[in-house]
Amino acid sequence: MKPLSKTFIYTFLIIGSLLMLLPFVWMLLTSIKPSFEVRVMPPIWIPSEFRFDNYLIAFEVAPFATYFMNSMIVTVLSTIGELMTTILAAYAFAKVQFFGKNVLFAILIATMMIPGEMLLIPNFVTLANFQWIDQYEALIIPWLASIFSIFLLRQFFKSVPDELGYAARIDGCTDWRYLWQVMVPIAMPAIITITLLKAIGSWNAFLWPLIVTNSTNMRTLPVGLTAFTSEAGTNYELLMAASAMIILPMIILFVFLQRYIISGVSRSGLKG
Amino acid sequence: MKQKSHIKGWLYVLPALVILAIFTLYPIYKSVVMAFYTDYDFFNDIVYAYGFDNFIYLWEDPLFHRALRNTFIYVLGVVPVSIILSLAIAMALNTKINFKPLFRMIYFIPFVTSVVAVSIVWRWIFHGDYGLMNYFLGLVGIDPIRWLTDPNWNMPALIILSIWKGLGYNIIIFLAGLQMVNTQYYHAAQIDGANTWQRFLNVTLPQLAPMTFFISIISIINAFKVFDEVYALFNDRPGVANSALTVVYYMYNKFYGEWDFGVASAAALVLFIIIFIFTMIQMYIGSKRVTY
Repeated sequence: MKPLSKTFIYTFLIIGSLLMLLPFVWMLLTSIKPSFEVRVMPPIWIPSEFRFDNYLIAFEVAPFATYFMNSMIVTVLSTIGELMTTILAAYAFAKVQFFGKNVLFAILIATMMIPGEMLLIPNFVTLANFQWIDQYEALIIPWLASIFSIFLLRQFFKSVPDELGYAARIDGCTDWRYLWQVMVPIAMPAIITITLLKAIGSWNAFLWPLIVTNSTNMRTLPVGLTAFTSEAGTNYELLMAASAMIILPMIILFVFLQRYIISGVSRSGLKG
Repeated sequence: MKQKSHIKGWLYVLPALVILAIFTLYPIYKSVVMAFYTDYDFFNDIVYAYGFDNFIYLWEDPLFHRALRNTFIYVLGVVPVSIILSLAIAMALNTKINFKPLFRMIYFIPFVTSVVAVSIVWRWIFHGDYGLMNYFLGLVGIDPIRWLTDPNWNMPALIILSIWKGLGYNIIIFLAGLQMVNTQYYHAAQIDGANTWQRFLNVTLPQLAPMTFFISIISIINAFKVFDEVYALFNDRPGVANSALTVVYYMYNKFYGEWDFGVASAAALVLFIIIFIFTMIQMYIGSKRVTY
């Protein structure tokens, strides 16, 4: 490659990267500014003093501790639950022959083209009948299974040679133990990918928690944040501190485990 | 371990199936039926009348027309720009450069962050008086734009935010596709004296066509479902005077604002039909096209 075109590529990529990062940098810088340096033109980039207590103030102005706990509970429980149902179902679809398997799998795959927004209203009615509105059940239980995850893990399980299973059987290993002690460890990369994509999706979910929660103490972080924007009004340093509390955990997770997330996304290409 | 064991198979599938049956399969049927509820008492779950009135209502409601039009404008504003930019960045990343994983990571970060939270950050950037956007525009001599308060600028603001948010996903898919591009043709073209632009046009692009098509359809389908960005960017409103009202937002307003479940379900069904058409196009062309 010619040095000129290389310089051009670097310039292009660096300018692009700066534009991608700028909103996050601006969020962080605003979040630690004293309030008199926030609404000024031209903008002050580096605050004269770092007000980290903006984060504490945000916690006092709105019940972010509660929102944070709710988001944690919902994310952890729905991720663990989905993982369990996914591992079992994916194993059956990949390695067990049972009546109706192919038809069932085809039906499930076909439903993946249905937009989730369409299921919102009937699911709301169902949950109202269960008396689960404004309960943890409504935030967690509908999300305990995912066709996308089952499909992803099934593909991985299928690539494990059957001979391994025959050998384990001869050695007296039960099917159940074979699944958990042989298949699951082999499929660990795929399982980590599924876990991360699910956790990110659950943490960031908005429309569903918005609809099924009414009371303040059931809100998750994104729902609480939008409510806070009406309350905080023009205190942008507090708004940015609150936004950072939602954004930073996922960025940290991503930076350390990015290869699993990126490989999952590039392999699937199915989830938006 | 292939074996015939019907009961075991169903037992393994059962936990997932119970959840999916209640919260995915049943509501698919139910959502279609609900679109024909014309007189419905939600609190007692009693339907008094069925009919096509909800669809007639949508047909005649200028707000729904506006929601459809805005959604189409949004799709046309986001998808082509996003595809071209992400292809260019993916190609730049696919060359022999340093720090490739770092660049890839940076471009992908917005994808893992909360739509609501980043939309609120962008609300601050788009601030009419103190926003960064207007500050930068001012540096090149452009007068401040009322991104969030002038109805004419609501859609552009939404589109800019969405392009930024979605770029990383498309880049990752393109990168995976570029790795499969056969470099033999590339070298052959080079030997034949083709320049960089000619090689891109005649070698890379045809090989990327199926992938570009796939990303376009996925992007179009996702763009039709836009909601979170609108809600958070304009603070619980679909822009000024409904200037950023989208189909899902319309559905949300009817459902959660007015408790009109019938009309909301009908709007959801219209959304599904639009998405279904694009899915069918994808499957039809995808099955016909021979990949390289």
